[in-house]
Amino acid sequence: MAPRDWWLESAGLPGAPGLRALTVSSGEWTDAAQELAARRARLMAMWASRTEYAAATVHAVFLNDSGALLLNLPVMDTDSPFPGLEQHFPCASRMQRAIADLSGVRASDSDARAWLRHNAWPPDFHPLVDPASRMTDHKAGVDVYPFVRVDGEGVHEIPVGPVHAGIIEPGHFRFSIVGEKVLRLEERFGYAHKGIERRFTELNVLEGHRLAARVSGDSAVVYSWAYCQALEGIAGIEIPKRAAWLRALYLELERIANHLGDLGALGNDAGFAFGLVQFSRLKEKLLRACNEAFGERYLMNTIVPGGTRQDLAKTDALQLQSTVQAIAKEAVVLRTIYDEHEGLRDRFTGAGIVTPELAARLGLTGLPGRASGQMFDLRVDLPCRPYTEVAVAKMGGSAGDVAARVAARFDELHESTRLIDRLLAELPAGPYRESVPLAPAGALGIGLIEGWRGPVLVALETGAGGAITRCHPHDPSWQNWPVLEHAIIGNIVPDFPLINKSFNLSYSGHDL
Amino acid sequence: MLKTLRQIATVGIATEPPPAADKSLRLREALQVRILAVLGRALCIREVDAGSCNGCELEIHALNNPLYNLEGLGIRFVASPRHADLLLVTGPVSKHMEVALRRTYDATPDPKLVVAVGDCGCTGGIFGESYASRGRVANVIPVDVAVPGCPPSPTRILQGILAALVRSSGQEPPSSAASDGQKNCESA
Repeated sequence: MAPRDWWLESAGLPGAPGLRALTVSSGEWTDAAQELAARRARLMAMWASRTEYAAATVHAVFLNDSGALLLNLPVMDTDSPFPGLEQHFPCASRMQRAIADLSGVRASDSDARAWLRHNAWPPDFHPLVDPASRMTDHKAGVDVYPFVRVDGEGVHEIPVGPVHAGIIEPGHFRFSIVGEKVLRLEERFGYAHKGIERRFTELNVLEGHRLAARVSGDSAVVYSWAYCQALEGIAGIEIPKRAAWLRALYLELERIANHLGDLGALGNDAGFAFGLVQFSRLKEKLLRACNEAFGERYLMNTIVPGGTRQDLAKTDALQLQSTVQAIAKEAVVLRTIYDEHEGLRDRFTGAGIVTPELAARLGLTGLPGRASGQMFDLRVDLPCRPYTEVAVAKMGGSAGDVAARVAARFDELHESTRLIDRLLAELPAGPYRESVPLAPAGALGIGLIEGWRGPVLVALETGAGGAITRCHPHDPSWQNWPVLEHAIIGNIVPDFPLINKSFNLSYSGHDL
Repeated sequence: MLKTLRQIATVGIATEPPPAADKSLRLREALQVRILAVLGRALCIREVDAGSCNGCELEIHALNNPLYNLEGLGIRFVASPRHADLLLVTGPVSKHMEVALRRTYDATPDPKLVVAVGDCGCTGGIFGESYASRGRVANVIPVDVAVPGCPPSPTRILQGILAALVRSSGQEPPSSAASDGQKNCESA
């Protein structure tokens, strides 16, 4: 029997361009996953929600050349597990464990350890499904997590975190090592879990973008844009052209700011403090320019439903343009210094390699993915306005080491500078915001935007009177954290901070 | 190497003068005199992210850039609470970080200061209190100074840190940290 064309059977969905959706049975779910994997589709996100017609519905979004496909799997009985996708998409494992913790629907895959739940709430309480009153008498017990033990002569463990030595988000790393060499790294997260998805359901759809911007503070623009894209899709409006251009301007500024910060930190982690000093100075320059133009150093509140919070004056635009160009010019000088520095070359080259084959198998995404030959970028593959008119060049390589991830940041920094130049030069006239009509109840919309770290998804379900019944934000860190466990194998412990930084993944965006 | 030196020479010294302490950010008065007596202004900070969105961390990082040049003021971030005089805590405090935060506080030698950073650290912010969040930092450990903002600018954070160091008499810390520390040690 010929494989079914799942895309052909699916129907359009509001939000990002190229989105399709299909509700499937349990058997079709497994078939579709197998066929999609065979045709090199990537799993982007998984979450569960409550629906009227079933005990729960499990959702999975896949990306391939045709677009994005959402599969909905209604689960009638939460006591029996739904078919897990780990065999075809290894990154499904942690997402499924999170679904079990938060929504009480279990997958058939073997790893049944809790993931986002530690000891703050009892195992039979599912925060996205059960009323808060159900967990009032819970006494937090001792938190024990069964790490996988590595046995053998001379093998020992180094536990690190959740409070780290640097100014970093909380998480735990368990290294099994021999001498200096890392045999195995096992991550444990959930420390920053603060109930974001449940908090969404207490907000109105016109307030949700504020929470979205704070899912991962370093990605405020991409999350608030993805949220608004989903909402505007549901409400059936198209934002003014000027608003789309301004949003892309914010997004590219966010990309440059983060890349500048990372490039400095990467130099520093390889013992070149000069790099941190220079790049952090450039980043500060950019943040101050943003503050002048938008009244915010980090653009936490600039994207609102219907468009942007404010307009950009011509004089501010010119000032911003010249600041960004000056920064890019200095970055060229610094790149030469980085490239010619023997110490940096020695530390960067060959450290933390993820081969293109491994990257494809594990679903490595975003910037680290592109540095390992996974040349995907939503701004090119599924472009929304203005990227349909302002074309982006994908930046990446195939070496997959720290050096490749450093190079990708330099390349993207210059590409984003070029984009900002064009966006400002061709900024369309007209209004920057449109009023958003009341979103219809019972609708599902999905926003998809390529942030500096990688592709971000926000799925939004609406209720009556503008209520949010479900909102799931997905960070590319879900895909990339497990790959870091592979990237470190065989490297020495002191290279972990450097390799980790070269991925620079989000804890908060993952822990929710 | 030449390019590196040329870049250093071209940029020059970027450091700006520090802001004044903002005493209005202070919540408690009790410890300042004792701490100042011991430390002068050579202060060691341990940063604890107790569940933030990482926005505050970005601005705390900025304190180390050459424009704010925190180390130039005698203040630096240290790797262990056992080396710290002050905990700089961002929130909201997630329930999963509550024990780690308490332990970090207990591991910090007395006398110690706590500065809560950001709207979430001050009030719980947009996340508030929930099944997973304990809300503001003061719900878990005693807080001396709270710096609101989402995220607060590096200048505001610095003002908050300096406010924790100002004597309760209202006097600004003297600019010479060493001599002040000596004087206080002698009188103690």
